[in-house]
Order: sequence, then C-alpha cells, then structure tokens
Amino acid sequence: MKLSYYPGCTLKTKAQNLESTAIASMAALGIELEELPRWNCCGTVYSFADDDLMHHLASFRDLIRVQEQGHSKVVTLCSFCYNTLKRVNLLVKQDAEKMKTINTFMDEEPDYKGQVEVVHLLEVLRDDIGWAKIAKQVKRPLTDLKVAPYYGCTLHRPKEAAIEPPHRRTALPELLKSLGAMPVNFADTDTCCGSYQAVARPDIVTSRVRDIITSARASGAEVIAVSCPLCECNLRQKQRELKEKEGLAEMPILYFTQLMALAFGLDPAIEQCEAESADPRPLLESKGLLPAGTGKRC
Amino acid sequence: MINITSKKLRSQVIAKINEISGQNVNLCYQCGTCSGACPNAAEMELIPRQLMRRAQAGLDEDITRANTAWVCVSCLSCSVRCPRGIDIARVMEAVRLLRLRKNVDYVHVPELAPEAIASLPPIALISSFRKHTA
Repeated sequence: MKLSYYPGCTLKTKAQNLESTAIASMAALGIELEELPRWNCCGTVYSFADDDLMHHLASFRDLIRVQEQGHSKVVTLCSFCYNTLKRVNLLVKQDAEKMKTINTFMDEEPDYKGQVEVVHLLEVLRDDIGWAKIAKQVKRPLTDLKVAPYYGCTLHRPKEAAIEPPHRRTALPELLKSLGAMPVNFADTDTCCGSYQAVARPDIVTSRVRDIITSARASGAEVIAVSCPLCECNLRQKQRELKEKEGLAEMPILYFTQLMALAFGLDPAIEQCEAESADPRPLLESKGLLPAGTGKRC
Repeated sequence: MINITSKKLRSQVIAKINEISGQNVNLCYQCGTCSGACPNAAEMELIPRQLMRRAQAGLDEDITRANTAWVCVSCLSCSVRCPRGIDIARVMEAVRLLRLRKNVDYVHVPELAPEAIASLPPIALISSFRKHTA
C-alpha cells in the first residue's frame, strides 16, 4: 500500500531522524510513504485573519500537488505541517467563494477540487493499521520504559483539526503501549512548548521547557515522546541551558517514530542530530534496548 | 486609571480588530479562563482578559503598545476554552497585524545572531518571520 507523503522543510534538515525512522517503520508495516513531487513549504503557521487569503496559497498549492499525484489522502509527520495543511483544506472545502478566489488567482495551476484529505501519521497508525498489527511487528519490546506522551498544541487544537477529541487523547499512549512501553499519565500532554518564541523570546521557551520537563518527571517519565520537530528542538536544546544554569536533570526527547523503529528492531533507530544535550543512549542502553555503541550522529 | 469616553468606545481600531479577526470582543464577560489557560500569561504586560477589556473600552493604544500579542504563539489554549466562544487567538493575530501592516517589525532579522539561526530549525524561523515580521 502506498500513501502520499508530505515531508515539510524541517524533516529535510533538523529532523531527518523523524523522517528516516517513520519511513523505515512504515515499510516494516507494509506501507510505502511516497513523497509528494515538487512540494513546497506549507507556510508553517495558519493565518487567522479573515481578510488574508494570500498566506493560504502555499498549502493550497501542496493540495493541488496531491491531487495531481492521484491520491485522495496525504499523510504528514510534522505536526505544524499537519495543522496548517489540514486547516487550509478545511477552510476552502467549507467556503466555496474562497476556494474559487484562490483557484482563480492561481490560474497557472489546475483547479483544486477539494477532494484531498490531510492526515497525520498517528491517524494512519490508529485507523489504517491498528494497534494489534503494530504490536505484532514489535521485535524488541520497550519493556519498563516509562514514556510521557507529548502531543504539543497542533495535533489537538483547534478541535476541527484535532486528530482525536479532547476526552479521548489516546493515540499516542496506545501506540506506546503497543510497543511495550509504559505511557505515564502526563498532565502537560498538550501544553505549549513556547513554539517559535525560540527566535524572539528564547527565555519564554526556557521557562516552558522547565515546566514541561519537571511535570514529566513528576509523572514518573524517563523519556518524552514527541511528534512535532519544533517541540523536539525546543525541549532538547533548552535542557542544555537548564542543566548548566539550574542543574535540572536532563530527560531524553524522542520522536514516536524513533521509539517505533527501536521496538521494531530497525537499526540505527536512534540517529541523533546535535545529540550534545539530553542524549537518550545511556537510558536506552541501561534498559537493554540499545546495544552499547550503536546509534550514530548525523 | 482607565479613562473611558464615548469617542474611544467608537474606536475605529477596535472595529478593525473585530473585522480582521471575525470576532466580537464585546462578547467577553471577563471570566479570565483565557488568562488561566495561557502558558505565557506571566510574560504579558496585559493578560488576555485585560486586553479584551481594554478592547471593549476602545483603548486601542493600550492594546497595540502592550507586548501581549507578540508573546502569544497561537497555541489556542484560550480559544478552545472560552465559554463565550471567542477565538481569542484570532484577536491576538488582528492586533499583531495592525502593527505589521504598518510595516513595523517585532523581530529584526539582521540583528539575529548567526549561531542562533544556525541552531534553529526552519519551522521556528519561518513561523517567527510569518508572525513577527511585516
């Protein structure tokens, strides 16, 4: 089975470990992620202004690319891309006038017909594959690994773009259980990490990360599972500063796809970009989940 | 002290905020749920509830001068909880746009440290430039 796959900018640069482990894990589950030809940046953030259609064009163009590819569904790994593409898609599907305006403006492109569905990989795992099939694929169960499932903002808000309703936040914990891990009850599962304030006000991000790490540790977690490359970067990078200045003990941050690849026995599952902070390898080695000396830096 | 006049209550700026955001700031009944939910409220010169109150009173200069909308990262913790159904993140976006559409940047790209740019993922840089530069 082939699925149309939209990577996004960060997966080709700072989050290559998210992409490589997702592609390898999905292949193990019998699904080929077929990269969208000629994709462009989705714009990363959805425009909230009623009078601003211009900033929806980037995502709109990507939806046309999916239509050209002949797929009715496109899967994203990056939570930001998911949210932006999903909401632009919903906007134009629900507002025929806006759809017409953008189609007319982009007269060099074929018209978008509104037939594409945008989904996140967690939805594919839950709805198209199922937890039982994932559990069967596990070669190296993540036994005794206590994981805080951390969604961040964009997989849960707003509700019309959420991958699950607010009273049933189960996809990530269920996946972790299927891999043999122990998801902890984590109160800050969708608390904002400070997001793009990493540029203008990095102090705000540091403050958010301090709260999130402290909360995860209080919940009994040893590692945090993330989906969003911005959450991953913020949580990992700011821990270095918090360790140096405040002595806060580090907690490894891993993409859910890294944990999946690890459980499926796909090596090297733990490729670390800039692994100088919150290195997961000592923890995984102590649990017998990673043979000593494996995992490479990229 | 807040000085409310009939002229301020007819503020064109507030009408513009309502227009851009598609929201009605007068619906707010000041429960403060937004500010309790906001993870960055402690960093704001006006917390979301205070900003909404000033918008109702037509105090547009207070709103555009405060750092509130710049600190907001549209995490939507407020919007999903507002009992009056106001999408407060949209109001914040409108306040940002009032400045950005006058070509006023909040982030000055040439002043960013090269090592910061090198360490940040594209997702952070593009989002910041989209929300914080004209």
